[in-house]
Amino acid sequence: MAKQSHAALDRREAVAALLKDRGDLLLITGLGSPSYDVHAAGDTDANYYLWGAMGAAALVGLGLAQARPDRNVLVITGDGEQLMGLGGLATIAVAKPRNLVVAVVDNGHFGETGMQESHTARGIDLAEVARACGFIDARTIRDLTDVEAARAALHQDADGPRLFLLKVKADNLPRSLPPRDAVHLKNRFRAHLGLPVN
Amino acid sequence: MQIGSSTAAQTGKNEQSERVAPAGWPLEMHRVLKGAQVRQVSYVPDAGHAQLIKLFEADPEVLCNVLTTEEEGIAIAAGAWLGGVRSVLLLQSSGVGNCINMLALATVSRFPLLLLVTMRGEWAEFNPWQVPMGQATEPALNAIGVRTFRADTPSDLLEITASAATLAFESDQQVAVLLSQRMLGAKKW
Repeated sequence: MAKQSHAALDRREAVAALLKDRGDLLLITGLGSPSYDVHAAGDTDANYYLWGAMGAAALVGLGLAQARPDRNVLVITGDGEQLMGLGGLATIAVAKPRNLVVAVVDNGHFGETGMQESHTARGIDLAEVARACGFIDARTIRDLTDVEAARAALHQDADGPRLFLLKVKADNLPRSLPPRDAVHLKNRFRAHLGLPVN
Repeated sequence: MQIGSSTAAQTGKNEQSERVAPAGWPLEMHRVLKGAQVRQVSYVPDAGHAQLIKLFEADPEVLCNVLTTEEEGIAIAAGAWLGGVRSVLLLQSSGVGNCINMLALATVSRFPLLLLVTMRGEWAEFNPWQVPMGQATEPALNAIGVRTFRADTPSDLLEITASAATLAFESDQQVAVLLSQRMLGAKKW
């Protein structure tokens, strides 16, 4: 398989643009850089950051989307994190949530562990995988114009799950660290939705 | 509803009919879990769960997710709780091994978690490949911080499941109910 060229989106800029005027969007982030990108764009009680459980992010998003069909749910995760949950794309496709978008910030590398090349730098195309599973919109985003179009789509229901693959530069940016206390994050997220803390 | 009546077909040739334990308990389990306000179910099928899966799939009040691997259900249940919905995961003991790292999500976040685990690799097991994980299931769950309760009879199962649901959903605990292979009936070929 030929190596694929990566377009030159700046990850922080792309994530901030995707989250501009986010309204009542509910957000789950995958561990590592995507959590830092989202935190850098602005922390809110409607963000739930994962610091572990690699492979979980999109599926936490599915559970939430099913629990709250009245709200749009966005997952922002990385290529390495989504690769660990590849089967989850099949599970999500079968579940057919209308209110779930999985955005994969794809730098082609495992950024937390020394920038080793991931499968997406070696020919695996996560948008094609999602499309093959039955995602109804699996688009590759290479510039800010594409991001703006994707942002508009985020706030609308669709006939099934969507995956946005954001091709970004493999930069190692300064970390913007969200809280690590998962109980705190859970409780503030539920309070944001008007749910009681047990 | 009679609990523990032994009307299950014992003559069937397939795995499902052999592992469908006394008729009635899946219906009762469905009632108990609905009574605990469970509205989402995820599963990797096991013959021991076949009737319960059928009941939930036919229930318009419950959303069902079929999984490619069991740990997906840990993540889905976490998301459901974030959105105010109670979820349960149905799996076989072999699938517990797939879940271990993902269980950190539930334990570190204190997400309520209810696992219903059908056991293999213990009572009259014919397949040696089931034995290692079957024997490791309870210690592995305990090691990662999941509390375990073992049900050896259908009446125990209903009482334990109701209690486990309260412990999970009201006390933010991570709980597994182990459905013993002796109760389910050993798989026959």
